[in-house]
Amino acid sequence: MSRPVYLIDGARTPFLKARGRPGPFTPVDLAVQCGRPLLMRQPFDASAFDLVILGCVNVIQDEMNPARVAALRLGLGEDQVAFTVQINCGSGMQSIDTAFRYIREGSHEIVLAGGTEALSHAPLVYNREATEWFGEMNRAQGPLDKAKAFTDVRPDFFSPVIGLERGLTDPITSLNMGQTAEVLAHRFGIERATADAYAVESHKRLAAAQEQGRLDGEVLPAFGRDGSTHRHDDGVRPNSSIEKLAKLDPAFEKPWGKVTPGNASQITDGASWVILASETAIEAHGLTPIARLVDSEWSALDPAIMGLAPVTAATPLAQRHGLDCDDIDLWEINEAFAVQVLACLAAWQDDDFCRDVLGYDSAFGRIDRGRLNVDGGAISLGHPVGTSGNRIVLHLANAMKARGVRRGIATECIGGGQGGAMLLEAA
Amino acid sequence: MTDILDQITPDDATEAPKAPETRHWRREDGEAHTLWLDCAETTTNVISEEVLRELDTLLDDAAHARPEVLVIRSAKQGGFAAGADIDGFANLRGEEAVTLLQQGHAVLDKLAALPFPTVAVVHGATLGGGFELALACDHRIGIDGVKLGFPEINLGLHPGLGGTFRLTRLIDPVEAMQLMLNGRSAHDRKAKKLGILDALVPERHVVAAIRAAAGGSLEHGNGGFRASALRTRAARSLAATRMRSESEKKAPRAHYPAPFALIDLWEDHGGDATEMQQAEIASFAELLDSTTTQNLIRVFYLRQRLKAAGKGKDGIAHVHVIGAGAMGSEIAAWSAMQGKRVTIEDTELEPLGDTIRRAADICNAKHLNGIETRDALDRLIPDPDRLGRAHADLVIEAVPEKSDLKEKIYAELTDAMKPGAILATNTSSLRLSDLVDATPDPARFAGLHFFNPVSRMPLVEVVSHDMAAQDTLDRLAAFTTGIDRLPARVADYPGFLINRILAPYLMEAMVMLNEGHTRESLDRAALSFGMPMGPLTLADQVGLDICLEVARSLRDGLDVPVAETPDWLRDKVNEGHTGRKAGKGLYDYNSEDPPRTPEDDADQAVIDRLILPMCNAAVECLRKGVAPEADTVDAAMIFGTGWPPFRGGPLHYARIRRDIPDTLHRLEDRHGPRFAPDPGWADLG
Repeated sequence: MSRPVYLIDGARTPFLKARGRPGPFTPVDLAVQCGRPLLMRQPFDASAFDLVILGCVNVIQDEMNPARVAALRLGLGEDQVAFTVQINCGSGMQSIDTAFRYIREGSHEIVLAGGTEALSHAPLVYNREATEWFGEMNRAQGPLDKAKAFTDVRPDFFSPVIGLERGLTDPITSLNMGQTAEVLAHRFGIERATADAYAVESHKRLAAAQEQGRLDGEVLPAFGRDGSTHRHDDGVRPNSSIEKLAKLDPAFEKPWGKVTPGNASQITDGASWVILASETAIEAHGLTPIARLVDSEWSALDPAIMGLAPVTAATPLAQRHGLDCDDIDLWEINEAFAVQVLACLAAWQDDDFCRDVLGYDSAFGRIDRGRLNVDGGAISLGHPVGTSGNRIVLHLANAMKARGVRRGIATECIGGGQGGAMLLEAA
Repeated sequence: MTDILDQITPDDATEAPKAPETRHWRREDGEAHTLWLDCAETTTNVISEEVLRELDTLLDDAAHARPEVLVIRSAKQGGFAAGADIDGFANLRGEEAVTLLQQGHAVLDKLAALPFPTVAVVHGATLGGGFELALACDHRIGIDGVKLGFPEINLGLHPGLGGTFRLTRLIDPVEAMQLMLNGRSAHDRKAKKLGILDALVPERHVVAAIRAAAGGSLEHGNGGFRASALRTRAARSLAATRMRSESEKKAPRAHYPAPFALIDLWEDHGGDATEMQQAEIASFAELLDSTTTQNLIRVFYLRQRLKAAGKGKDGIAHVHVIGAGAMGSEIAAWSAMQGKRVTIEDTELEPLGDTIRRAADICNAKHLNGIETRDALDRLIPDPDRLGRAHADLVIEAVPEKSDLKEKIYAELTDAMKPGAILATNTSSLRLSDLVDATPDPARFAGLHFFNPVSRMPLVEVVSHDMAAQDTLDRLAAFTTGIDRLPARVADYPGFLINRILAPYLMEAMVMLNEGHTRESLDRAALSFGMPMGPLTLADQVGLDICLEVARSLRDGLDVPVAETPDWLRDKVNEGHTGRKAGKGLYDYNSEDPPRTPEDDADQAVIDRLILPMCNAAVECLRKGVAPEADTVDAAMIFGTGWPPFRGGPLHYARIRRDIPDTLHRLEDRHGPRFAPDPGWADLG
C-alpha cells in the first residue's frame, strides 16, 4: 500500500539563543509551548492523533521519552502512544519521516511529529575519576569512612566540561563539528570572506522574514514562568556586516581556520511540530493541507566530512523522481556552517565530483541563492539540533505555499557523517 | 477510552457489613478487628453523638472478643472524618454541653484503655473530632495525602474531645499548640515529621503496617519530642507568653477569646492530663456560650449556604479570559490552578507574560508541588491569537471599564463563541442592563464579579439581569464553587451588592478627612471595630480611580443621596496617585505604612459614622432584592470584604444592636440626608 501523505499544519517556538545558563524552558516545555496553540487551531480534537513522534538529542533526566511526556502534558490522553527518535541533527526530520512511512503504508491516519532541544540545559559532565569518587562518598558509612573518602578528592574533579562540547565532538574521528567544516572548506576551496558574506545574508533574510510577517503563524510566542515573553528568534543580527564578521577569530582552528562564531550556526533552544495526515483523515476532519510529502532519503559518509551529506542524501532523491536541479523550486539546507553549505553547492557544480560520487555524467547544477534558504537559516536563527530537521520541512512547506511554487527539498547534514532529505510537492 | 486503572480499582473501600444495631459503622472480623466509620446518608463522616454512642457498644464487643489488634478507619473516599457534628452542639448551652462532652470523653477514654493495640488508619481530611478519635488510638497510620488538623479555632473554639491534652502529650507541645492555635492542617509528611503519624504509607501497604502495629514492631514516630522540658509550669508560662503575643497580633483577645482560653488551659494544666481533660471540657462549654463563637458558627453555616447556592454541574471545562490586566490574570491563574483549562487573550504579549508569572507566584504561595505547578501552568495558555474564544464553555470579559470597548468585544464574539457557551463580564461599575443589548445571547450573559486578589478573596458575585436564563446563573454559581470560591447570587444594581454596601464606608472616610480627621485615626477606629482594613487603606488597595468610578456609578444609579467626592481625590487620580498599585495614593507607600493596629479606645461616634452607612446600605439592598435574603448579604460582606466575622455580618450586627435607625437619624440631623435610615429598617425585625 502506498498512500499519499500530507503536511497539514505546523508551528514552532522562537529559537532562543543559549546565553551561558539554562534557558526558561526544558525540551518538553518547549514542545508544550508551541504544541498547545497548534493543537487549539485545528478543527479536530486532540484525541484524533494516532501517534506522537518527537526528535530530541539531549534528553534531560526528568523527561525520559520526551515524546510521551509532551503528549501527556498536551492533553492527548493516557492512551496516546508516543516515542522519541534520535539520529543526532536529523532527529526532527526522522520523526517526520517515520510518521510519513506509517501513514503511507496505511497503519496510521494522523500523526503529530516534532523535534525539540534545549541546548542551554545540556548537563555538566564530570570526568570518570570524579564520578567514581562521588559514588565512593555515597557508599561511605559513618563519619570516619566519609572523611577518608573525602581526602581522595582532587581539584580537577570540580572542572566539569559542558556536555554539549562533548556532544559536538565526533566520537570516531575526535574532530569537533567545526573542524569537519574546516575539512570541507579546505577540500572545496571556500574562502573566509565568502562564508562571512553568506552568514550576513542569512541574518538579513531572517530579519526581513520577521519584519514582513513571513513567519507569522509558524513561529508562535513562548511565555516563561518568570513573565518573560519570546516573540522572535532572538539570535538574529539585522545589522551584521562583512566588516564586523571579518574581525572575529576562528572558533575551532586558531589562527588560520575559516569557521568563526559569526559564520557557524548558533547554539539555541527551540521546538517544532508538524501534523501529517492521510487523505482519509483530511476528509474526515475537513483539513486543508499545505504540502504533500513525496519521498525521503538518508545517506551516510565519512564522519570527517559530515557536512557534505546533504549532497549524498538529496541528489538520489531528485534522481529517483527524474528531477533535475532546476526542477526544484525551493531548497532548505540546514546551515550548520556557512562553509559547509557552500561546500555542498560547490560539489553540485563540480563535474568530477558529480560523476565520481553521484554517478551523473556532469555537474548536477547550480542552486542559486534566490531559491536557497529564502528566509534565513541556522546561522541567523540557530540550530537546536533535534529540532532543525523539523523546522526546515515546515518552513519549506510554508515558503512553497507562500510563493506558489511546485517542488522543494529540505535537507541537512548530521553529526556523525549522515544526511537526510525530504521532497515536498504543492498539495 | 476505558480508564484501565479505574477498572482495576474497587469502587468501595470495604464490603464489610454494617455492624449490628448501628447506623454508622461497618465491622470486619479478619486478621484485624476493623471498625469502618461510614456515616449514614452522607458522603462525609462527622463525629456525632450517635457515632460515639454506637462506637461505645462496639468497643465493649471488641473488649470481649480480645482481638490481636483493633483498627478504626473510614469507608468514605474523601477522608477519615471532617470533624464534630456542628449541628449537634451548636445549640447546646452550659450544663447540657458539659454532659455531652463528658459522655464523648468516656468513649474515647475507653478506646484509649483497651488492653490490645489499637490503630487508626487515616486518609484525606482528618479534622477536629475525627483527629481526636485517631489520637485516642495507640497508633496512627496515615495514607499519603492525609491532612490532620484542628479547625475549631475558626469557630471560636478549641478542641473539645480530648485533643488538647492528647496532642500536647503525643508530640512537642509547642508544635501541638501551634496546630490548634492557627487551625491549619498538617499534611502527610509534616504530620509524620511531627510525630502525629507512626507510619505514612500508600494504601497498598496499610495491611502490612497494621500487622507491624499488631506485632509491636511499629514504633512511635515522635518527632524530637521535648515535652519533658515543658513539664514545669514556669517553662510553659514562658512559652505561653510568647503564644499570647503572637495571637494578639493575629486577632485581638477582645474579639477572639478562644486562642487565649486554649493557651490558659495548657499553661495551667499542661503538666497533668486528667486535670487538663476536665479543664478542656469546662473551657469548651464556656466558649460555646460566647457571642463570638455563636457568630462564628453562624458564619460557618453562611459559608455552607453560599456553597449550596452553587451546587450541580457547571459544564465548563474551558474558560477563556479576555483582558490580561490584574483581574483577568488572577481569574485565569486561579481557574487554571483549580483544574480548568484556561486561555487568556490580550492585545499585547507582555501582560500575558505577567499572567504566567502571577500564576507561578500563586502556585508557590499556595504550596503546590513541582508537578502540580507544572500542570496548572500547562492548563493556562496565553492566547494572543484568540483561539480560545471558539473553544471555551465560558468566556469571561475582564477589559477596562469602558462600555464602547466591551460592546465592541461582544460584537466580535457573536459568531466566534461555540453554541451553549456563556459570556460573563467582570465589570464592577457598569450596569448589565446597559451592556446586555450588545451581547451575542442575552440569556447566556451575566456578571461574574471577582474581588482582588482572587487567590485570597473567596467571594464571587454572580450577577443576574432581566434577560439572563436561570440555567446560565446556575452554571456560573456551580463554576464558582467548582473553582473553590463562594458564589453570592445578586441582582443588577449600582455597585451590585458588595460595592453598594462598602462604598459608603470609603466615601464617608474621605468626607471625614476633609473635616480634619487624620488618616490614621480613621483607619485605626475601623480596625478596632474589627474591619480587616481601615477605609483609607482599603481605598488605596482598591485603587482611587476605581473608587471614583464606583462612586460615580452609585451617584448616577441610586435614588438615595450619597457622599460628595472631594475635589482633591479627583486631583490625586489625575496626577496618577491612584493608590497602592501606583506606590502613592492616600498614603505614600515609598515612605510610610498604613496603620495595622486598632485604636485602644476608639471613639464610638467615629466608628458609627463609618460602619452604620454600610448597615443602612445593606438594609436597602435587602429591601430592593439585590440579594435573596439577609443571610446572603451578611455572608457576602464577610467573605467578600472581610467584614468582621465575629460580628456575624452587617444585618446580624444591626439586629443585635437594635439602636441603629435612631443613631442614623441623629447622624442625618448632623451630617445630612445620606444618613437617613432606609425604609427597609421597619421590616428587619
